[in-house]
Amino acid sequence: MRYAMAVDTKKCVGCSDCVVACQTENNVPMGFCRDWVVEVMDGTYPQLEMEIRSERCNHCVNSPCVRCCPTGASHFAEGGIVLVKETECIGCGACIASCPYDARYPHPDGYVDKCTFCIHRIKKGMKPACVEVCPTKCMYFGDLDDANSDVSIVLKKRKYKVLIPEAGTDPQLYFLI
Amino acid sequence: MTNRREFIRISLYGAGALAVGAGGFKIANALISPEEIKNLKVDLERTPTYCEICFWKCAGWVYKTSEGKIWKIVGNDEDQHCNGRFCPRGTGGVGMYYDEDRLKTPLIRVEERGKQVFREATWDEAFVHISSRRKDISMKYGPESMALFTHGSGSSYFTTLFNAFGSPNIAEPSYAQCRGPRDEAFFATFGEEVYSPEITDIRDTKCLVLIGSHIGENMHNGQIQEMSDAIDKGATIITVDPRFSTAAGKSKYWLPIKPSTDIALLLAWMHEIIYNEYYDKKYVEKYCSGFEQLKEHVKDFTPEWAYGVTTVKPDLIRKTAKEMANASPAVIVHPGRHVTWYGDDTQRIRAIAILNALLGSWGRRGGFYRPARFELEQPQIPSYKEPSRSWLDLFPGKFPVATSIPTNSLVDASIDENNPGYLIKGWFVNATNLLSTIPDMDHTLKAIQNLDLMVVVDTMPMEVTGWADVVLPECTYLERYDALRTSPHRKPAIALRMPATEPLNNTKPGYWIARELSKKLGLESYFPFENQEDLIDWQLKKIGSSLEEMKAKGVKNFDRDFDDIYFAEDEQVEFLTDSGKIELYSTYFEQYGFDPLPVYVPHEEPPEGFYRLIYGRAPMHTFGRTSNNPNLTDLMDENKVWINPKVAKEWGLQNEQEIWLKNQDGAVTDFPIKVRITERIRWDSVYIIHGFGHTQKQMTRCYGKGASDTRLITKVLVDPVMGGTGMRGNFVTFLTEKAEQEVAL
Repeated sequence: MRYAMAVDTKKCVGCSDCVVACQTENNVPMGFCRDWVVEVMDGTYPQLEMEIRSERCNHCVNSPCVRCCPTGASHFAEGGIVLVKETECIGCGACIASCPYDARYPHPDGYVDKCTFCIHRIKKGMKPACVEVCPTKCMYFGDLDDANSDVSIVLKKRKYKVLIPEAGTDPQLYFLI
Repeated sequence: MTNRREFIRISLYGAGALAVGAGGFKIANALISPEEIKNLKVDLERTPTYCEICFWKCAGWVYKTSEGKIWKIVGNDEDQHCNGRFCPRGTGGVGMYYDEDRLKTPLIRVEERGKQVFREATWDEAFVHISSRRKDISMKYGPESMALFTHGSGSSYFTTLFNAFGSPNIAEPSYAQCRGPRDEAFFATFGEEVYSPEITDIRDTKCLVLIGSHIGENMHNGQIQEMSDAIDKGATIITVDPRFSTAAGKSKYWLPIKPSTDIALLLAWMHEIIYNEYYDKKYVEKYCSGFEQLKEHVKDFTPEWAYGVTTVKPDLIRKTAKEMANASPAVIVHPGRHVTWYGDDTQRIRAIAILNALLGSWGRRGGFYRPARFELEQPQIPSYKEPSRSWLDLFPGKFPVATSIPTNSLVDASIDENNPGYLIKGWFVNATNLLSTIPDMDHTLKAIQNLDLMVVVDTMPMEVTGWADVVLPECTYLERYDALRTSPHRKPAIALRMPATEPLNNTKPGYWIARELSKKLGLESYFPFENQEDLIDWQLKKIGSSLEEMKAKGVKNFDRDFDDIYFAEDEQVEFLTDSGKIELYSTYFEQYGFDPLPVYVPHEEPPEGFYRLIYGRAPMHTFGRTSNNPNLTDLMDENKVWINPKVAKEWGLQNEQEIWLKNQDGAVTDFPIKVRITERIRWDSVYIIHGFGHTQKQMTRCYGKGASDTRLITKVLVDPVMGGTGMRGNFVTFLTEKAEQEVAL
């Protein structure tokens, strides 16, 4: 099993609904977020192009954060989901520094927090909160080992890219272009 | 393409960005524990609601934690407005409930108006105060001298109250400050409005044309969802905007038009469509009147002519006209929503309506569908007494085509020097922050200072509450019942809003407030049900449903009576215009002395060193109403002024630099605003998001953040047809330091 997510940059409008849905679902403290939106603009007026992306932890196969964690708090859960066990985390911040995607934040309660792909929902057969709320339906989630999952189907149909491939982390967040 | 790259992280902080310094904080009312999240029960307690954060009124479910605290709100899968997906504002609606700055108890003013010195009062004291002042005004000036300004779900209760006590002066800013020109233009053309939610069949369209409409930044949920579906199906999007909007970024064609010249472009499109015979001949012949006059009217409006006016290249005008024709009738030239821009707005939307008629999109799949609405029985109440004077007597002959009352007419009639037919002496303001809603703040304040009574009902201490004599704190939509939602849609439907929890503090539902006031005024026979819950139950039983059923379902969709969502082939359609036809040439406008066909009239241009002020929406906020919502402030807590790089270079401005904006009349923003240098805006304009720069200190989270566009809209271009307040005729320049004498403005 290999969980992954695809985000359609042609449909995302950057409304940040994914951010607030994640914050309320997971009780993320104010001032922090587990997912965020990026807008990239190229060109000069009026020849312009814009890409909008909803970003989060890439749940990398080759994860620097898991590798560098001194206590083993950062670990792989089922389907390759990268999680932090709060009780084992000492808040040293090594993982924050190692993540090329800037996907982790220090929780005020003294541990490092990040996107969990809403593992508590997946286990109940639901989709991650961000995927389920998105008004443009621009996010696809599922198991890459299942050819019929939403994410497998859309990655077969569309062109895509990953972010910072040169970091060699084998990220599992795909952007449809 | 030169590689000038702008990279912006929209949602506030990234994660690691915060590792250096700034600390986050937890919401005061911790919502749900990590333990509880891990052991999430799928069948947590949930109650139905429909959202009140904007006018789209999406139906959803409020979930509570096992401790009974409101945890999250999600969409109802059965609801046509949201299809199970709430927008960021609706998702963040929990913040409206948890906002610690909410109004908590009734307040009565004790010092001079505007000084904001109040004493806490009981509800009864507040009601006694209001009813005695109301009686004084009525005796001295007549019952018509009370005006109601209202917005949202509470409107129906306070409207009943006003009708009962004999005042016809009831106005909603959604008319003259927003969509009024659109409604009148479509009435004049098709004999029908475009409703809310709009009856645009975006889901099935092949071509969507947006004239300044920034879907995706305005978060009109159903429209965004359908635009996304249309993108999936390969529809062409054409966006006309001086700003590279989000929608422009999704468009096949972006027409970077010079602001205020849209009518010229629309006329050129008509010219192309008529003279190339692209129009739907059968449809026009069968349903429309005035085609020959229109053809003659647009004869000279060639793309080359329009190029000189709009700066949009002729080739692009031609190509896009052809795209629309190719998609016809599955094409939508979107009527927009907030359309009060330049004072000739009804005529601009008339041009949009005419284009749709030529393309045969009205009543067609992928164009505009016929809505269906569920009609509920209303309780028997005594008939209203006919008021002796109406709003038309305030300024006879003004705005003859208006089908609703322009708020600005009531404001004007509150000032003696304007010599109104009779004076308005009391305002009752429900859920609308008039100082931010109606342009020219100083004018509104002058009117307020002339009043004998000003009552404000709201959930938050908005600027307008500071000027009230009596403040009545309403509970939020999450703590009350409201009328069943029956908005028109593809299928008739009803939706229930019920309280998820008890009202916080000493706040009360709007229905209760209106009914208690009616008792004090001896008018309680107009409110035969003691509370909204009983009324809803009675209405539901009449249709064979029940409150219990609706509590379980939240939304109930019904089948249409007839299979008539689109015109049938060869259907004889009687349009509700004077001629019974779609009026390309408006005999209705003609009889009132207005142009029967839209005419392009040049607008004033920015003086040297000034830039046109354009404003718009951010997807995470609704007007200025959500600016203090903790969840939404977390996404966006201030606005920035968008400035083209060429202009920024000329002025030596840097990104994030704090500046003040000053308009052509010398009005200066109350607070500095940060600069955002971006290619997304034309060099002759600047852009800011509406709803920031709050001056009300009681709103601790948003006070002083960013700048208010309303502060800079002192020049109002009033639409002579229906009274709309055009707000895009203001020009601003930049101050890097705020001069002392200008602070006083």
